[in-house]
Amino acid sequence: MTVIRLGDRSLRYRPRALAAGAACLLSALAVGLWALGSGDFPMSPADVLRTLFGGGTPAEDFIVNQLRLPRLVTALLVGAALGLSGGLFQSLVRNPLGSPDILGFTQGAASGALLVVVAGGSSLALAGGALAGGVATGAAIYALAWRQGVHGSRLVMVGIGTAAVLTGVNGYLLTRAQLMDAARALLWLTGSLDGRGWADALPLLTALAVLAPVVLLGGSRALVLLEMGDDAASGLGVRPERLRLTLLASAVLLASLAAAAAGPVSFVALTAPQVARRLTRAPGPNLLASMCTGAALLVTADFAAQRLFTGHPLPVGVVTGVLGGGYLIGLLATERRAGRL
Amino acid sequence: MADGGARLAGRDLTLAYERRTIAEHLTVEIPDRSFTVVVGPNACGKSTLLRALARTLKPAAGTVLLDGRSIADIPAKQVARTLGLLPQSSVAPDGITVADLVARGRYPHQGLLRQWSPEDERVVAESMAATGVDALADRAVDELSGGQRQRVWIAMALAQQTPLLLLDEPTTYLDIAHQIEVLDLCARLHEENGRTLVAVLHDLNHAARYATHLIAMRDGRVVAAGPPAEIVTAELVEEVFRLPCRVIDDPETGTPLVVPAARTAVRR
Repeated sequence: MTVIRLGDRSLRYRPRALAAGAACLLSALAVGLWALGSGDFPMSPADVLRTLFGGGTPAEDFIVNQLRLPRLVTALLVGAALGLSGGLFQSLVRNPLGSPDILGFTQGAASGALLVVVAGGSSLALAGGALAGGVATGAAIYALAWRQGVHGSRLVMVGIGTAAVLTGVNGYLLTRAQLMDAARALLWLTGSLDGRGWADALPLLTALAVLAPVVLLGGSRALVLLEMGDDAASGLGVRPERLRLTLLASAVLLASLAAAAAGPVSFVALTAPQVARRLTRAPGPNLLASMCTGAALLVTADFAAQRLFTGHPLPVGVVTGVLGGGYLIGLLATERRAGRL
Repeated sequence: MADGGARLAGRDLTLAYERRTIAEHLTVEIPDRSFTVVVGPNACGKSTLLRALARTLKPAAGTVLLDGRSIADIPAKQVARTLGLLPQSSVAPDGITVADLVARGRYPHQGLLRQWSPEDERVVAESMAATGVDALADRAVDELSGGQRQRVWIAMALAQQTPLLLLDEPTTYLDIAHQIEVLDLCARLHEENGRTLVAVLHDLNHAARYATHLIAMRDGRVVAAGPPAEIVTAELVEEVFRLPCRVIDDPETGTPLVVPAARTAVRR
């Protein structure tokens, strides 16, 4: 821990955690810069930078600022939201498997979106449906798991059950959709950033701008105490149930908005906090590092998805699924070797 | 004696977990600057009472008063600057060092722009010295023995710098030598700063030896309260614990010593 003091004020931070966050953010931006310059109309990083700052030709300006930049910004935001959301969930349920795609929140968002598809709604309505579905599922899981407060293992059980039920519901909804709608829904269900514009990025940007400071500055120091148990935290002046509800609501909102923007991109929320923990080597929630890791993971995955097979871009969810699934198996194997599972 | 003006008191408390009621109409008062020990058989509600006094459990009815105000109306951090709690089971995060854990006791004194003051630094060092864990400052908490670990948790509670300190079964899971070590530490903390200590203990003889004020509970009510020398009698022990016994003077301290009655068969 390092302390900066300025008169009466003082800030305390782990240099390694800050460095890890900064490194992730920088690599996300570097990959992003590369992605902005690649494609059917290749540009050098210098040209991309010049265009970003308004010095490009009209054609360059259109390609970078109108076509490629919104997609990149959406990827950064979705990754950051999923990383932060996953970090919050894993800390709150004290379980490395606690993430919105395992606990049913993502499936809930998908149900909301599929309902809209079956009803024949627009893309905008689909995003709204995803948001509503995620938030409603969050409220339902909280209510079902509540018994004089909500505790980690019960939330995990109820969440896994909910995820299973909703997966069934989603399958049924798909069979009820028109063929064209079902194809569109299936692409959405994989998680894709194709054709994302500023309208997709804006709600997420607003939510992150509000929630990230609230969670990182207001909640994270208390969340660290909550990991010692409710009684110990409450003895130190934390109100456990109020804190948990606030942070859970933030995490659900972030995960739902991420799903609304890009579909249920799998495994980022699960993996980012674990990668962040290994980068920072610090116990506890590592929220800032999780957020930056999530952004780096998603931007890299999306870039790989677009360029891996020339002429055959994949939805980003395929890449995160393959990478994240492989990572999960690796995690389980090492935990098992260490005798923790 | 519900109106003695003590800093910490419970008035007409009903304590319950969901539908299971632990205690009704419970009134207790913690005398200022006392070392109060709560004793009673298992499931008599003593830990529940302590949790209510520390505001960790919200009473179904009645009020806990801290400095004359209902504790539920005082901001949580302000409570935590007046009253510290050492819960029965706390989880030390994986790999955390002694100094980092003790430093967490400073949370109620800190804020967003005041995360680590020179005062925090000094108090943490003092708290580790007072509990004799200063030499372990950089060790990981999970490598320590049970007795050392308990002293680290007490150091964390001390770093809160509260005039009142509540301890829930601080000696459970410790061997006899470490039990005495922790109780001696508690007695010293009580004597040195005029701190009010409240502890839940299992061992009646430890309670009688260390407490200045004893609260004996059974089935969610207070059976007797007062200085151990005045209230610990064979009749009280029989009533509270259903244990036939003799009470003699502790040859070390002169405090009451409870000797359980022997079955005739084992008398030799």
